[in-house]
Amino acid sequence: MNTTPLLEVRELAVRFGSVRAVDGVSFELARGPFGLGLVGESGSGKTTIARAVVRLIDADRGTIRFDGTDVLELAGAALRRYRQAAQIVFQDPDGTLDPRMRIGSALAEAATAHRRLPRQAVRERVDRLLDEVGLDNQHRRRFPHQLSGGQRQRVAIARALAVEPRLLVLDEPTSALDVTVQARMLKLIADLRDLHALAYLLISHNLAVVEQLCEETVVLYLGKIVEAGPTDTLLSRPAHPYTQALRAAVPDLEAKLPVRDAGAADTPARVDDWASACAYHPRCPLAIDRCRIEPPPLRAVEGRRVACHRAEDALANGYRPLHAASAE
Amino acid sequence: MKLALRDLRIAFGRRTVVALDELDLEEEEIVGLVGESGSGKSMTALAVLGLAGPAGATVQGSIALDGLELVGLPERKLRDLRGRRVAMIFQSPVSAFSPVFRVGDIFIRALRLHGIARGDAVARAQEALREVLLGPDLLHRYPHQLSGGQAQRIAIALAVALRAEVLLADEPTSALDVTVQAEIIDLLRLLRERERMSILFISHDLAVVAQLCDRVAVMRSGKIVEAGPTENVLQRPTAAYTSELIAAVPRLGTGRTA
Repeated sequence: MNTTPLLEVRELAVRFGSVRAVDGVSFELARGPFGLGLVGESGSGKTTIARAVVRLIDADRGTIRFDGTDVLELAGAALRRYRQAAQIVFQDPDGTLDPRMRIGSALAEAATAHRRLPRQAVRERVDRLLDEVGLDNQHRRRFPHQLSGGQRQRVAIARALAVEPRLLVLDEPTSALDVTVQARMLKLIADLRDLHALAYLLISHNLAVVEQLCEETVVLYLGKIVEAGPTDTLLSRPAHPYTQALRAAVPDLEAKLPVRDAGAADTPARVDDWASACAYHPRCPLAIDRCRIEPPPLRAVEGRRVACHRAEDALANGYRPLHAASAE
Repeated sequence: MKLALRDLRIAFGRRTVVALDELDLEEEEIVGLVGESGSGKSMTALAVLGLAGPAGATVQGSIALDGLELVGLPERKLRDLRGRRVAMIFQSPVSAFSPVFRVGDIFIRALRLHGIARGDAVARAQEALREVLLGPDLLHRYPHQLSGGQAQRIAIALAVALRAEVLLADEPTSALDVTVQAEIIDLLRLLRERERMSILFISHDLAVVAQLCDRVAVMRSGKIVEAGPTENVLQRPTAAYTSELIAAVPRLGTGRTA
């Protein structure tokens, strides 16, 4: 059995002008069936990483290895082969389907993009793809506008699967959907993962979604990894104050939490001098002088990687639901 | 009763999109209006502001604000109510503002429209920003220079500055990051206490509703299928659709299904 990771990202950096959208990010994705969640707020760099992985944007620094091959060096036919192997599904299915193309044609086009197939085989393939994503083959003749948002997202997933990818990048695939549709979509992703032994990067701001679908999770803050490791470990005992804040901010259906005195607006501040501070220190309840003068390196603490000088203290303190935090 | 909706029917041509028998909002109460896309929850809020008609809908039934009937009220009177007595905030706060005016000008224009002198308007704007925990320096910014959370706070501050009695909040946290969402929830609770606002909170997110709302009404296909105190509805739902919605919420601590 091949034990080298399917995807290996090392010291990835992407700049947009002077903004370091992604800054020295390293992680691995095991062979499927396996899910890795990328979590963080807007501006954390999760979508930028996803786009760099499928070569939609260029990296400034670092390597991305797929099955041992450096993806960033690929060109021509080799790049086309990689783009077949690594597919991306976006949050907004409306923007990814040609409004003038029937669903059947869109799927047939994808199924034959990288190989020739006889007509009858194409038709069978399209029917099977529709069946796999839970749509009956009547949908072949429909146009995108005749489908609901959830059905369009199913078609987008079917189209990504049409080329038999080995890596799927799912960029907030359920965020634009209603909650009951989202629940069915999560089930679909879980089923397809088993059926095709899929390996995927799942980008989400919803920790519960990541918990359901991903063995491992990477938490990003302003372009850097703050914590990475097994999903269960991160969610049950988060070691970075930011992971703790994310975990604590998830509203709970069962428990109505006490009112806290609403604190000052909590927006991420871009730290000017990245090289000499922890980017999270302006928001961090545990920040000490050292955090202002020395960026914390990623280090191993209790079964995960964490970038915090005070990870041990954070673990000892535990986290509290945000609403209760200052009500004591 | 602050706001009372009775036998409200909203239709586009022959298609009825809202057929709501009864929905009440008491003073200083936060009521959640929950449902999926197309259930009619946003259209109901627009009807309260008298904006469903201009959108091409016919509105029948009764919407009473402190006993004042709003359905059929002349546009001139509705304009006076909008913003001043009933304010609305939206999912995308940045696009709710004109991009060419600074935040300060947005406040002054809104306040002047309701007859407040320019000098008083500036003072009120500063006071309202303090109330939503923002610094007065934001008055000089343009909307695109605000974060999503700041923009939503400013939209709320406009309602505070105009001393709105009812706030219609249409998915105000759906586009925000989870930590910012928690802050906006706290802020809305604070405003209910300090400003004595009544809030109609429209959302598809039951977990947020559970945190914030005193009562909840579940809408489907234009009808209210279940309503009652939040705890009762969420913990002992009687309508099958409510149970379906609750079951669909992704929850932490349930482990991996894949």
